[in-house]
Amino acid sequence: MEYYAGEYDVVVIGTGHAGCEAALAAARMGCSTLVLTLNMENVAFMPCNPAVGGPAKGHLVREIDALGGEMGINTDHTNIQVRMLNTGKGPAVHALRAQADKKLYQIRMKKVLENQELLDLKQALVERVLVSDDGVIGVETRFGAVFKAKAVVITTGTFLRGRIIIGDVSYSGGPNGQEPSVGLADSLRGLGLELGRFKTGTPPRVHRKSVDFSKMIIQPGDEKPHRFSFMTKDLNREQVPCWLTYTSEETHRVIRDNLHRSPLYSGKIEGVGPRYCPSIEDKVVRFADKPSHQIFLEPEGRDTEEMYVQGFSTSLPEDVQIKMLRSIPGLEHVEMMRTGYAIEYDILSPTQLKLSLETKKVKGLFSAGQINGTSGYEEAAAQGIIAGINAALFVKQKEPLILKRSDAYIGVLIDDLVTKGTNEPYRIMTSRAEYRLLLRQDNADLRLTEMGFRAGLVKEDRQKAFEQKYKLVEQEKGRLAEVTVAPDEEVQQILTAKDSSEIKQNTSLIDLLKRPEITYEDLKKMDKNFPTLPEDVVEQVEVQVQYEGYIKRQLEQVEKFQRLENKKIPDWVSYEDIRGLSTEAKQKLERLKPLSVGQASRISGVSPADISVLLVYMEQKRRGCPQED
Amino acid sequence: MVDDTIAAISTPIGAAGIGIVRLSGKEALPIAEKVFSSFKHKSLTNTRNHSLLYGHILDDTGKVIDEVLVSVMRGPHSFTAEDVVEINCHGGIVAVRKTLEIVLKAGARPADPGEFSKRAFLNGRIDLAQAESIIDLINAKTEKSLKVAVNQLEGMLSGEIKEISTEMLELMAHIEAGIDFPEHDIEEISRHKIEQKSGEILARIEHMLALADTGKVFREGLRTVIIGKPNVGKSSLLNALLKEKRAIVTDIPGTTRDVIEEIVSIRGIPLKLVDTAGIRETEDVVEKIGVEKTKEVFAESDLVLFMVDASTGLTAEDRALFPLVKDRNSLVIVNKTDVTQEVNVSEIETHFRGEDIIEMSLLYGRGLDRLEKRIEEMVYAGLSSSQEEIVVSNVRHKDALERALRSIKDVLSAMRAGLPTDCMAIDLRTAWETLGEITGESVSEDLVDQIFSRFCIGK
Ligand SMILES: Nc1nc2c(ncn2[C@@H]2O[C@H](COP(=O)(O)OP(=O)(O)OP(=O)(O)O)[C@@H](O)[C@H]2O)c(=O)[nH]1
Ligand SMILES: [Mg+2]
Repeated sequence: MEYYAGEYDVVVIGTGHAGCEAALAAARMGCSTLVLTLNMENVAFMPCNPAVGGPAKGHLVREIDALGGEMGINTDHTNIQVRMLNTGKGPAVHALRAQADKKLYQIRMKKVLENQELLDLKQALVERVLVSDDGVIGVETRFGAVFKAKAVVITTGTFLRGRIIIGDVSYSGGPNGQEPSVGLADSLRGLGLELGRFKTGTPPRVHRKSVDFSKMIIQPGDEKPHRFSFMTKDLNREQVPCWLTYTSEETHRVIRDNLHRSPLYSGKIEGVGPRYCPSIEDKVVRFADKPSHQIFLEPEGRDTEEMYVQGFSTSLPEDVQIKMLRSIPGLEHVEMMRTGYAIEYDILSPTQLKLSLETKKVKGLFSAGQINGTSGYEEAAAQGIIAGINAALFVKQKEPLILKRSDAYIGVLIDDLVTKGTNEPYRIMTSRAEYRLLLRQDNADLRLTEMGFRAGLVKEDRQKAFEQKYKLVEQEKGRLAEVTVAPDEEVQQILTAKDSSEIKQNTSLIDLLKRPEITYEDLKKMDKNFPTLPEDVVEQVEVQVQYEGYIKRQLEQVEKFQRLENKKIPDWVSYEDIRGLSTEAKQKLERLKPLSVGQASRISGVSPADISVLLVYMEQKRRGCPQED
Repeated sequence: MVDDTIAAISTPIGAAGIGIVRLSGKEALPIAEKVFSSFKHKSLTNTRNHSLLYGHILDDTGKVIDEVLVSVMRGPHSFTAEDVVEINCHGGIVAVRKTLEIVLKAGARPADPGEFSKRAFLNGRIDLAQAESIIDLINAKTEKSLKVAVNQLEGMLSGEIKEISTEMLELMAHIEAGIDFPEHDIEEISRHKIEQKSGEILARIEHMLALADTGKVFREGLRTVIIGKPNVGKSSLLNALLKEKRAIVTDIPGTTRDVIEEIVSIRGIPLKLVDTAGIRETEDVVEKIGVEKTKEVFAESDLVLFMVDASTGLTAEDRALFPLVKDRNSLVIVNKTDVTQEVNVSEIETHFRGEDIIEMSLLYGRGLDRLEKRIEEMVYAGLSSSQEEIVVSNVRHKDALERALRSIKDVLSAMRAGLPTDCMAIDLRTAWETLGEITGESVSEDLVDQIFSRFCIGK
């Protein structure tokens, strides 16, 4: 029997990484918010590897943090190892990656949800999204509870009609032995939304005590660990190492001998899997000439003996998995604790979404995370915070927050999804960003804090800290431009020692810093009155000065495309009626309904000539019916 | 994007001899200033609106390319409502093309079809009634009659560009895979390797540009073949156009046994002229080889000059050739009209347009002028993608190559300056995207595909 259970501004379905951010964002922006989880034990659960960050993903985490999200802070407080990757490849691609204590991560995040003002956390399985002619009006649970809502955010991850596959065994289920969500999938289809089917997988977990680490290479964390959040201060706790080993010839033989039992090759799996994280059997088949593949053993936490076998995702039968594991140096006597599996699930084709992550079909209905066809905790959280913000803005009847490709990786991620769609679980990569030198992880605060503040998510303390930091940055840059050093012997010596050419006349410190071989540290030795500044200020000064030329060039590129990005396509445009558009362009534009001419130009199949025709048509209409402009 | 400066050759059909290079956009004046030297040492940027300046177009080495008349029309009082400069060239098509190349080098971008009109419309200079015709211009195809840029060569050019672009993509994928998946056992590409690869790419682009610069592409010219039955006067025509006695001319049918090739310039248009052995079924084996070759040359030609003999009238051999020739860009030459005119022109007119039939007497040099004029008209018609502007596609190629070259040079100088990989990657990407404007591959999806197909990346 259905019954009225309450009324909220925003209801979020799901407490994965997208759901947590969405719920917190909406509540923090002053909306009464309800977040529903299938299982209280699974708030902010990490079903796959126990790590957050890496190239582009770490960038996302910093951006979420700058907007006032929780993922960065939560990781900082629960990590067990931190590494900055790509340090030799330039500031744009420096990437922070942390191993998280999975349990702690969940416990802390749940506590944050529980203690968030205006936010209720409840356990319930949502069966239906309720709509009226005007859009979404609430949700109904399995036990008949009807929660009314002005906006609903769906973040159900891989639970929609989830199916687990291990060898020839398969059953309906969500990750980690939970139940799938079947009714909701039907309800969404009933709303006219189009569903697709994807596949992903996870490797087995093994017992630490059964591993012989003497045959593996230790992977320690950084000596001076960085933090994700711009707000986290000190971070000095003991770090736990990871371990590296390699598959052997025997491993590959076992795999090849058992390929016929793989659901991938027997046709049991229909979902499309990602190319970037193929299962180990995929790797052995596709890269047949590679004699071995690397395998990392990662601890799942401080208070557990379970270890994650990274690089070993598989859906081969359980007995084969054990044989495969035991063929790896160091794992000869390993005890497998959890079996690897593949999971198939329904997704909402993301081209049905607006850039705000609201569905085009149902007003007030938003979706975020893996359900939109992405993979990864960071990608999910990034969409979650945007969906949460925009659900809140929707409730407040304000314009949505849309991040551009030149603003953030979040903008790249959402624009890619919404404009191009995806035919495999989408993973963010630095090479997907065209303005990479602008979208650095070190300046995420500079790019986004202000926007988060205006949206009402960033609170005063963060805004103040941010302003203070950049005041110092500007001051120091000004100082470096003013202070000059003379070409005396001491200075020349310092320069020669760094393989830098000698100076001929008085030179400003800023000009010296522009030389790639000279660091901010080096300047200290030349200037007696050198101030001691916070590390993040020094980092900004250094990057901004050294890469000024490149940064300027990218800014020019951004500006070049800005006019098209700013040119909005009005709702009344009917592509069918535009004479001169190619048929392919007509179909794609009609289906995707891009917001701006810039977005339209990124749709594959829409040529520059089509864009010209569109511009002429819009001008034609504008002059013909000026009242509509 | 919207307010950058565009340039194109803009010449009305039939207005042979002169050609106009038109520039429009914010930088139109400064760009024109860079390449123009006025006889009276006047500055373009300071000149009065709608005034005409006389002077030279110079290339970047200071060499004079053409004597020109330049007019300046500042926005909004111009066709596009932007600053517009028109350079009137007099030195024929080659000079016009060269001038276009020079302004592109100086910072303009080749205009898209219909782009001048599009800008004029978007800036409110053209009234609503004409919007439809602008859309037609935008969609106008370049496939009208003749193409000046020789198809096959253009194919080679874009084939080569495609290869270079693939090489760049591979290099990028290698760099990017290392960046995006630093903990996978992907063999990191060394700086030395990046330098070496970029150097190779640089050399290839330079080589291509050098080829284009020595004018080889243009010297190769429009492939034009003269065909007709033996003894009709084909070799005589070749000699007449060459203005020298290159081919042997006799009154014995079958004199020309092999294919003779010569480059001639007709009103500034380069033609690769081919004289052939007369086409007929023949017993003579040596001649037969020549005939086989004739058919081959015929198949590859851009323009066919089909000769018939006025003194004999149309024969079965001529009539057999009509269907072959009429679907090609072709002109029918009725030669030896000085003897008698036995050819029934109206019969030919059932297959060809009147203006494409030229009566001639090579003995007296009659009709040659009309032939040259008609060839020129056809070339101009083929060049123009619309009534108002001409987009020469391999000028685009060259322009893209020049810009890609600059970006690759930036990669190398970033390398030498010791800048990190992410900086070099930016320039490499720019170079690749520039070539992508030609090959049509510009979406980052290509890069992602390349990374996943080449490197083993797993979880
Ligand atoms: N009366 C007259 N004779 C001409 C004219 N043009 C060419 N001839 C003569 O016709 C004969 C054949 O000329 P060619 O140029 O050798 O003819 P062709 O078509 O190359 O002949 P093959 O190479 O044998 O196929 C020569 O004797 C020329 O002098 C013309 O306009 N009038
Ligand atoms: Mg001959």
